[in-house]
Amino acid sequence: MKTLTILKYQWKDLFRGKWIIGYALIYWLISDALIRFGGAGPKAMLSISNIMLLLVPLVGMIYGSLYLYQSREFTKLLLVQPLNRKTIFWGLYGGLAIPLAAAFTFGVTVPMVYSGMLFSMAVHSILMILVLGIILSFLFTGIGFWIGLKYFEDRIKGLGFALVGWLFLAILYDGLVLLAIFILGDYPIEKPMLAMSMLNPIDLARIIVLLEFDISALMGYTGAVFNRFFGSSLGIVVASLSLISWTLVPLLRGTSRFKKMDL
Amino acid sequence: MITIKGLSKSFGSQTVLDKLELVLPKGQATGIVGPNGSGKTTTIKTVLGLVKPDEGEVLVDGIEISGNWEYRNKIGYMPQTARYPENMTVNELFNFIKEIRGNIPSVEQRLIQHFGLEAELNKRMRTLSGGNRQKVGAVLSMMFNPDILIFDEPTAGLDPRSSVQFKRLVKDQKEEGKTILLTTHIMSEIEELADYLIFIVEGKIKYHGPMDALIKKHKEQRLEGAVAKLMEEEAA
Repeated sequence: MKTLTILKYQWKDLFRGKWIIGYALIYWLISDALIRFGGAGPKAMLSISNIMLLLVPLVGMIYGSLYLYQSREFTKLLLVQPLNRKTIFWGLYGGLAIPLAAAFTFGVTVPMVYSGMLFSMAVHSILMILVLGIILSFLFTGIGFWIGLKYFEDRIKGLGFALVGWLFLAILYDGLVLLAIFILGDYPIEKPMLAMSMLNPIDLARIIVLLEFDISALMGYTGAVFNRFFGSSLGIVVASLSLISWTLVPLLRGTSRFKKMDL
Repeated sequence: MITIKGLSKSFGSQTVLDKLELVLPKGQATGIVGPNGSGKTTTIKTVLGLVKPDEGEVLVDGIEISGNWEYRNKIGYMPQTARYPENMTVNELFNFIKEIRGNIPSVEQRLIQHFGLEAELNKRMRTLSGGNRQKVGAVLSMMFNPDILIFDEPTAGLDPRSSVQFKRLVKDQKEEGKTILLTTHIMSEIEELADYLIFIVEGKIKYHGPMDALIKKHKEQRLEGAVAKLMEEEAA
C-alpha cells in the first residue's frame, strides 16, 4: 500500500520533468517513420524491434543508474519515515521502471493503431514485441539501479559503468562472439555458444524476435544455434526464462544491497 | 528511551564510533557536543537506522531496531541540512508524509502557524530559502507528536527570530515529557534546551551527565567555558 503512495508521487514528479513524455514521443516518431517507409508489415515490425533492442537498454540503464542520485532527497526523506527499506526500494524502482515501460508501449502502439498495423498483422507478433520491450525496460532499469547502488557515492563512476555495460552488451558482445567463432570454428562450440547467448539479455531478446519472425538469414550464429537446439517455440520459452532470471537477479542483489547500505 | 550498547562503526579505515555506550531515559533532554567529525551525526543516524552499525545494538523503548522499522513511528527527526524533493510544493510534501504515515492525526496546521509558513505552502521546495526549508523540516519532525525528538544542528540556518520560535517550541515539547536529543555547536542553545550533556570525541563518550555538574566541576559560569576546558583537556 505504501509502495503505491510512493509510486504516485514519483509519477507526478516524472510528468513534471516532461522528459518521460519526450521519451514516448521518440518511439512514436521512430515507429511512425518506419511504418510509413517500410509498410505496415513484418519489415517495419522488425525495424521497430531493432530500435527497441538498442534504445530500451540504453535509456533503462543510464536513467536507472542516475535516478537514485537524482532522487537522493526523496530517498532520504523516506528513510526516516516508518517504512521498510524494501518498500522504499520497490517504490523507487517502480517509480521509474513502470513509466519507462509505459512510454515505450504507448509510443510504439499509437502509430500501429492509426496505420492499421495493429489489425492487419498477427496479434501475437505485436504482443511479443510489446512484452519484450516492457521486459527489457524492467530488466535494464533494474541493472541500472544495481549499478547506481553499487556506486552510490560516485555518480560519474556509476554512469560510466552503465554506459560501458550497455556498449558491451549491445555492440561489443556480438564482436566477441564472432571472434570466438572465427578462432574456435573447428571445435564443437555449439553448447558454449548457447551459454554465451544466454549471458547477454539483449542477445536473448534479439533471438526471441528472430525466432518469432522466423528469419533465419538474419539470425546470426547464436540465433541459428538456438533454433537448431531448441526449435522455435521451445527456443522462445528457454530464452524468455533466461530473460526473466536476468530481470530478477540484479533486482534481488539491488534490494539486498539497499537494505545493508549506510545512507 | 534509547539504549545504545557497544556501538562501533567505521567508514573504511576511519573509526567513527568506538564501542559507544549510552542510555537516554524517557523524558530527558540531552545535548550532544563534540568537535567536528567526532561522531555526533553518525550516532543519530544509527538510531534512525540510516547507518548500519558494524557492532553493537540500539534499542528504542526496549526494542532492537535492526530489521525493524515500526519504531520510527515514535521518532521525529530534523536533519542537519534540510533537503527535500525539489519539485514538490510544501503542501504536497506534508500531505505525502501524512499519507505515508497512514493519515494519523497530525498538528501541522498549528506548527505552520507557529513558524509563519502559510505564505510558502504552495511554493516548490526548490524555491524556498534555506531557513524556510529548515522550518519545513521542523514541522515534519513534530507534526505527528512523536515521543522522541532528534534534532541535528536545528538552528544552524535559522534567523534569530525563527531560532527563538523554534526553541520555544522545543521547550513546550520538553515540558510535555518528550525525549529530546540534539546536537549543536551553540552552547547557549544546549543550556536553554537540555538538562544533560554528552561530550563525544573520536566516537567515544568522554562525559555524560547533568549539565550543572559539569559547569560546577570546571568552576565556570557558563557551559561554553566548561566545554572549552573539556576540549582543551582532550587535546592535551
